Amino acid sequence: MGEKYKNEFGVFAERPQVEKKYYNAKYIFTGLAVFLILLILPLAPNLGKTVPPPQRQLDTPVIQKMAEKDRQCIMPTDWMRANHMQMLVDWRDKVVRTNEKGAPNGRDFVSPDGKKYLASLTNTCMDCHSNKEKFCDQCHNYVAVAPNCWGCHLQEGKKLAEAK
Amino acid sequence: MGMDRREFIRIAGLSTLLGLGGKGAFELLRPGQVEAAMAAKPEAQGVVRWAMVVNMQKLDEATAKKCIEACHRVHNVPDFKKPKDAKDTLPPEVLNRYEVKWLWTEHFHNAFPGEDHPNMLEKVAHLPFLLLCNHCDNPPCVRVCPTKATFRREDGIVNMDMHRCIGCRFCMAGCPFGARSFNWRDPRPYVADTFPGYPTREIGVVEKCTFCAERLAQNMLPACVEASGGALVFGDLNDEKSRVRDTLKRYFTIRRKVHLGTNPQVYYIV
Repeated sequence: MGEKYKNEFGVFAERPQVEKKYYNAKYIFTGLAVFLILLILPLAPNLGKTVPPPQRQLDTPVIQKMAEKDRQCIMPTDWMRANHMQMLVDWRDKVVRTNEKGAPNGRDFVSPDGKKYLASLTNTCMDCHSNKEKFCDQCHNYVAVAPNCWGCHLQEGKKLAEAK
Repeated sequence: MGMDRREFIRIAGLSTLLGLGGKGAFELLRPGQVEAAMAAKPEAQGVVRWAMVVNMQKLDEATAKKCIEACHRVHNVPDFKKPKDAKDTLPPEVLNRYEVKWLWTEHFHNAFPGEDHPNMLEKVAHLPFLLLCNHCDNPPCVRVCPTKATFRREDGIVNMDMHRCIGCRFCMAGCPFGARSFNWRDPRPYVADTFPGYPTREIGVVEKCTFCAERLAQNMLPACVEASGGALVFGDLNDEKSRVRDTLKRYFTIRRKVHLGTNPQVYYIV
């Protein structure tokens, strides 16, 4: 006989004897196993592998044509790698909002070495970096970002189209 | 001492008579501008004020078509009637609704509603009036835009920032000239030859004529003006020696729906 115990309804003679066991253990553990396998399955093929960081590809016709010393982006390469997204957003705001009340003419961009460029993704950047798949997409895929520039902006600028 | 009902009603009634209840009192005592007022803004503040004159004496059907084609080509405006791929063909019932137009023609009674009458000069009644965004001085589309995607530049151009447009279409409801079109679907498959260097649009944004802001920045005339062979005159209203000012001085011109107070800046010589 077990000891007496009390609950809010009164004092009872003994605790109810309940058999200690897992109910439906077969189904529960099979279900858990299937869940874990499904969870791990997509990650398994990449387990232990290291994906090499993408190498920037600069072998576009326009860049190849340039002399070695002229092969320089509008800003230093390291700065561009870290800040090109912010620069493009700044360009966007300045160009579109040109001549809005109080806004300066934002279509010109002057690089630190004094060269003047048209602030335009399609008409300036893509002239040199015409290899979008290798230059833009490769890195963006690697870091899993999906910029939505290309829904509207074209890959080919006027200069490049005329050169062809 | 408490106030009885009769006393309360007496004081409330007197206060209402004196206009001391609610916002009305403030308006009465210190009148200001109502937010939605249609008052015209003071003269443009900028140095330049772009405007256009459409000379209907020179503009015939063929020229109008040429202008429209030139405009729609350089701005990658889609033509939903002509898909690049046959699988994108749209059912005829949506073609009218989906139409995107920056520049288009309309007969007099549609372009200038209320100013036509049954006995008017037949020649004028059937002219193809070339219509576009009027780049109003007091643009309703700018006032209603909740994201400030549409804005008025200092040189008078009412421009759009496609990056900001959320596709609410308030501006389309606000514009009394029907100058705005909505992209009901991705326009890319309907742009016959993509013009390099100018973006297309995406599904879900509104678009309209920009007075070729991108060409003006390069000191070029708008594409339609270039294609019109002199039927369209474009220039700076603030410059006394400009061609628009000269044309406006020499000819009598009318504008669309002036009574609405938006002060449109596209003038028509009939």
